Amino acid sequence: MKADPSGVLTGTHFLDGDQACGEGALAAGCRFAAGYPITPSTEIVERFAERVPLTGGLFVQMEDELASSIAIQGAVWAGAKAFTVTSGPGFSLMMEHVGLAAMTETPLVIVNVQRGGPSTGLPTLPGQADVMQARWGSHGDYEIIALSPNSPQECFDLTIDAFNLAEQYRVPVILLMDECVGHMTEKVVIPPADQIEIVPRRYTQRPPEEYQPYHPGPDLVPEMVKAGEGYRIHITGLTHDEHGYPAITVEAQQKLVRRLVDKIRRNADAIVRCEEHQIEDADVVVVAYGITSRVALRAVQMAREQGIAAGLLRPVVVWPFPEKRIRELATRARAFVVPEMNYGQLVLEVERCAAGRAPTVLVPHMGGTVHHPEEILQAILDLRVPDSGVPADVAR
Amino acid sequence: MSSVINMPAPPNPVEEFLRSDRMPHIWCPGCGIGTTVNCFARAVRQAKLDLDKLMVVSGIGCTGRVAGYMNLDSFHTTHGRAIPFATGLKLANPELTVVVYSGDGDLIGIGGNHFIHAARRNVDLKVICVNNFIYGMTGGQVAPTTPVSALTSTTRYGCYEEPFNLPYLAESSGAVYVARWTTFHVRQVAHAMVEAFRKKGFTFIEILSPCPTLYQRRNRLGDGLGAMEYYRDNSEIRHGANTKEVGITFQGPLVVGKFVDIERPTYLDLMNQQLARTLDAKYVGCTEEHVRS
Repeated sequence: MKADPSGVLTGTHFLDGDQACGEGALAAGCRFAAGYPITPSTEIVERFAERVPLTGGLFVQMEDELASSIAIQGAVWAGAKAFTVTSGPGFSLMMEHVGLAAMTETPLVIVNVQRGGPSTGLPTLPGQADVMQARWGSHGDYEIIALSPNSPQECFDLTIDAFNLAEQYRVPVILLMDECVGHMTEKVVIPPADQIEIVPRRYTQRPPEEYQPYHPGPDLVPEMVKAGEGYRIHITGLTHDEHGYPAITVEAQQKLVRRLVDKIRRNADAIVRCEEHQIEDADVVVVAYGITSRVALRAVQMAREQGIAAGLLRPVVVWPFPEKRIRELATRARAFVVPEMNYGQLVLEVERCAAGRAPTVLVPHMGGTVHHPEEILQAILDLRVPDSGVPADVAR
Repeated sequence: MSSVINMPAPPNPVEEFLRSDRMPHIWCPGCGIGTTVNCFARAVRQAKLDLDKLMVVSGIGCTGRVAGYMNLDSFHTTHGRAIPFATGLKLANPELTVVVYSGDGDLIGIGGNHFIHAARRNVDLKVICVNNFIYGMTGGQVAPTTPVSALTSTTRYGCYEEPFNLPYLAESSGAVYVARWTTFHVRQVAHAMVEAFRKKGFTFIEILSPCPTLYQRRNRLGDGLGAMEYYRDNSEIRHGANTKEVGITFQGPLVVGKFVDIERPTYLDLMNQQLARTLDAKYVGCTEEHVRS
């Protein structure tokens, strides 16, 4: 279906990434946000709170991030599309409800505008050190989807994609922004509503007597209902059967947890998305995401100017990770270079998929500012001659 | 004799409100939670509520299991977070009657922050708190409601923390209706629930309830019946009592009754007023068409 025009601010704008994200949520049909203020994410809900009364929805400021991340789940079951917005410390508090949403298959979006950590860290400065937390932060086995924009335009576009993926797979979707992208101001083009594709909620057509809340379809995703329509659903964070009833048994656990994970793993090819630059003949593949991908692209260009066949692979969808593509590239590239604003997180995934077929070099940065392109270039240059003496603590 | 034996058991008068396919329930013999559920079902019937629009949201714990046994749209959420979940449910669909049904540890211990803020905002939620003075599900540990000197599994030498006085907390946080009863007062409990259903805003009913397995036994207070006798003999009905003065001491007198019944605009009333005043015709309001896809 097409977007509801009431939320779409069609035109060419000059927006920062945070504001573009707020507009993306409105364009996606989100009419409910709950939040707790935290730098550097506040501009998203400020924008949303200003605009949403004009489009028929509401923003509520909750008492903390635990509350925000579950108030949106209540709103979703009432029939709304809903999101919340935060940064590192708040994201940590939300982990309990990432698990609840995964377990109850509640479609929603959580935006994390990453700042330097751990703990209070660097409130006003960027980081990319929540990538593993986004994937693994809540207890138990589950899968989520995470997207990583590298421009204000993408903060708009990928917010819409995040809502669509949440509805398609009934999972929490995390938009992993960072302070740089959030506070960078650029041109943002918002298309007319009839050019924005929206995935509607997958409501059942079955009558109550034939409906089971957790009976999956062929793609392993069950159909949903809205509270208040006579289905008398029971939704619980306990392990449950297809009726939604608690089932504290080995069998129910096997069946449910496998499905929660497999519904993403088996659909990974449809979800994974990468942007590639000069990969075809690349000898050295730089893998970078978010703001770092823009610095990495410059480093790749500089390497090309020096006659080195470098290329850039940028996971736009960070989770599920583009395993297949990395495995393919590992058979023909000489090495991977992974710059990221942390001390080595997504590099572990690259290394896992490369499986020893191509060495993987981390270019870490602890956050606070982006890499210099020269740092990434140097890592590429160091790989020119095989066995060029890459220090042992860098070669992973 | 045989004709008597063969007589069919009378139908359970509240069966239509229960998920019979989930019985037997997990509650211990003598536990008061089932009594409160019975009161709730009778109150729902008396208030003639549209069952399709009636929601029950619970947190975690023994009382947290209530949602799972009610034949209604029901949500068993995370520990302490029933109120913010219910807040989202209610604000996104104001037509729903949203009941939060949970225990003292869940609502006031881990969820205390949400409790005071929802009361402050006056979100239209019907909060029912079954207070058994203890964390029952986990084995009877000390709770923020445990009376001073009571024995629990983590206060083997007697509790020395001052407990919360729940009606006082609720009133001072902004609740528009505050009542306390015990599971001995079944008619009063059901009546209080009916009153809460008919009232707009954040209502709070505390129901004192026995935990024979852990609280009663560890404190040598007898079984469920012993608790009923204590409630009967020590409760003093004092409607309109100053909530500051209704704190509970170990096996002391229990002040019960309706303490607060006031009018105050709800969160949504105030939001709609403010936005309509500031934005005039530009304010769309929270419509079914827009909010609920």
